[in-house]
Amino acid sequence: MEEIANLFHGFAVVIQPFNLLLMVVGILLGVIIGVLPGLGGANGIAILLPLTFGMSPTSAIIMLSCIYWGALFGGAITSVLFNIPGEPWSVATTFDGHPMAQQGKAGEALTAAFTSSFVGALFAVIMITLVAPLVAKFALQFGPAEKFAVFFLAFCSFIGMGKEPPFKTIAAMMIGFALAAVGLDSVTGQLRLTFGFTEMLNGFDFLIAVIGLFGIGEILLTMEEGLSFKGKAAVINPKVVWETWKELPRYWMTSLRSCIIGCWMGISPAGATPASFMSYGIAKRTSKRGDNFGKGEVEGVVAPETAAHAAGTAALLPMLSLGVPGSPTAAVLLGGLLIWGLQPGPLLFVEQKDFVWGLIASMYLGNIVGLIIVLTCVPLFAAILRVPFSIIGPIILVMCAIGAYTVHNSAFDVVLMLVFGVIGYVLKKTNYPLAPMVLAIVLGDKAEEAFRQSLLGSGGSLGIFFSNGLVASIMVLGLIALFWPVIQNAWTRMRLATAA
Amino acid sequence: MTDTSSHGASGPSHRGVEMGVAVAMIGFGAIVIAGSLQVGIGWGPEGPKAGFFPFYLGVTIILASIMNLLAATSQSRQKVFADWSQLGSVLSVVIPTTIYVFAVPWAGIYLSSLILIALFMRWLGRYGIAMCAAVSISVVVMTYLMFEKWFLVPLPKGPIEDWLGL
Repeated sequence: MEEIANLFHGFAVVIQPFNLLLMVVGILLGVIIGVLPGLGGANGIAILLPLTFGMSPTSAIIMLSCIYWGALFGGAITSVLFNIPGEPWSVATTFDGHPMAQQGKAGEALTAAFTSSFVGALFAVIMITLVAPLVAKFALQFGPAEKFAVFFLAFCSFIGMGKEPPFKTIAAMMIGFALAAVGLDSVTGQLRLTFGFTEMLNGFDFLIAVIGLFGIGEILLTMEEGLSFKGKAAVINPKVVWETWKELPRYWMTSLRSCIIGCWMGISPAGATPASFMSYGIAKRTSKRGDNFGKGEVEGVVAPETAAHAAGTAALLPMLSLGVPGSPTAAVLLGGLLIWGLQPGPLLFVEQKDFVWGLIASMYLGNIVGLIIVLTCVPLFAAILRVPFSIIGPIILVMCAIGAYTVHNSAFDVVLMLVFGVIGYVLKKTNYPLAPMVLAIVLGDKAEEAFRQSLLGSGGSLGIFFSNGLVASIMVLGLIALFWPVIQNAWTRMRLATAA
Repeated sequence: MTDTSSHGASGPSHRGVEMGVAVAMIGFGAIVIAGSLQVGIGWGPEGPKAGFFPFYLGVTIILASIMNLLAATSQSRQKVFADWSQLGSVLSVVIPTTIYVFAVPWAGIYLSSLILIALFMRWLGRYGIAMCAAVSISVVVMTYLMFEKWFLVPLPKGPIEDWLGL
């Protein structure tokens, strides 16, 4: 019951006029970021983060999280109208969304996509409201060993569950950790890995890495692929919306399943992209009209969009309650918390009630506002995508540079951003995952601190990570996640052997 | 990197680039190990020393990269990383942006951005001079108003801004 009261208090914070204004601005910016090539949720928020330094943390998180919702909505517009996924998680939406647009049903496809996104997000927010305070209460009892075990589980899931080769994930992740270690060691106060360069005293800021890896890297990829945006026009009027809404309840089973898949994949850091593919695949297999998937089936839009939005939203649960973000965008938001002087983790629920519940309330309201904005403004956003890349490209470059500069008012960071950009381009082309690298840069210090404190407590014995039931079971879960491909392989072979 | 032609396109082989990336990562791992050894990787009075954690990171980077290098050697030599014309378009962004990031501290961010946007539009978009000027100037003015006036975030300025007294 206490949660309900807190939530209402949160709503009271959110509906202050200034916060409502920030919410609308955030959603609009977010949709634009989601529509434009080279800008996505993570680097869009990273670029705009410095603008919030002067705001109260609650107002700042409302604006930034609304940018995130907007970006999630925006991905669907480009997928349906232009067959270009604006974000990786909207790839699966192109399979049926674009064929629908080609058949002149763009309005129906977009309405279905936006509504499903909304349903997915709402499901995840309700889940967060109910579960996050419990998880946080539970996590308050964690010592350093348990904290490290949670990090271990998160990073192992990337290695075992990711679609990239495991050794590439490991290499990318460890490089992220190494970059995080550069500079002042937080435990001993000693300088390390700086090799005498004064620029490296403060280490590598992950915001610079995010802007470079995702922003500049994406522009380089877009340049390489060449640019010819040929889109379909969309008409959304109340009649189309109403007709589509009447049809949607038929797919309630697909929706519910996609919500659950999305929440699960969002909490474990697998993320929105695999969630959307998995949800699409299962819907195709179980639907009566499964053979029509790929030719313009509404259900084929509902499934991936619901899952992607549920996953994107659910990624905030571990960030809020454990301080472990479930996605790169959640990681950037977590970085924001640190900059505003808040300590992410379970204590937030005790010490920063306004902030936490303001954020959760803004998730409810932000998604409703978002749904209304995208349903009414589609032609406007589609027009932005028709602006040629030779105009948009350099403007995005300049925005990235300004974003990188303003983090520490340092011109060296702008150079670093470009270096990260070129690295990001090459790594993406050679199939190294960038998300675990970014998460490692963000969490490196905290993971190392927890690891060293645990070892200090045990006098150097690794046995501390298996010293009680709780920490041991988290570690074992981590190991299962790490060796998941091997386990899965052995399991199928065993089944084949028994069947033969 | 070797030139191979497949599907009528030529460019550096994907295998070569993959191997190059793995070797670069081994080099990075070695630097991390060297840096860790400088500050000590053992056990001090305050617990594990500063280089303890990075040392094992370096070792893991090298081991994982060796596995990636071995995996890359068995790849086909035919697949092209990107053909030369594609790499050309990538460089057409990287080179001006490199000049841009080094010009920012001297010329200020506004003048540099104005020139970057205008040149980009002129070269890649083949727009008329009036159009290039209109877009680049309005972006820069908007940026100035948004950052310096509304959000009060100062950006680097150069001689032009001094002369204008901004």
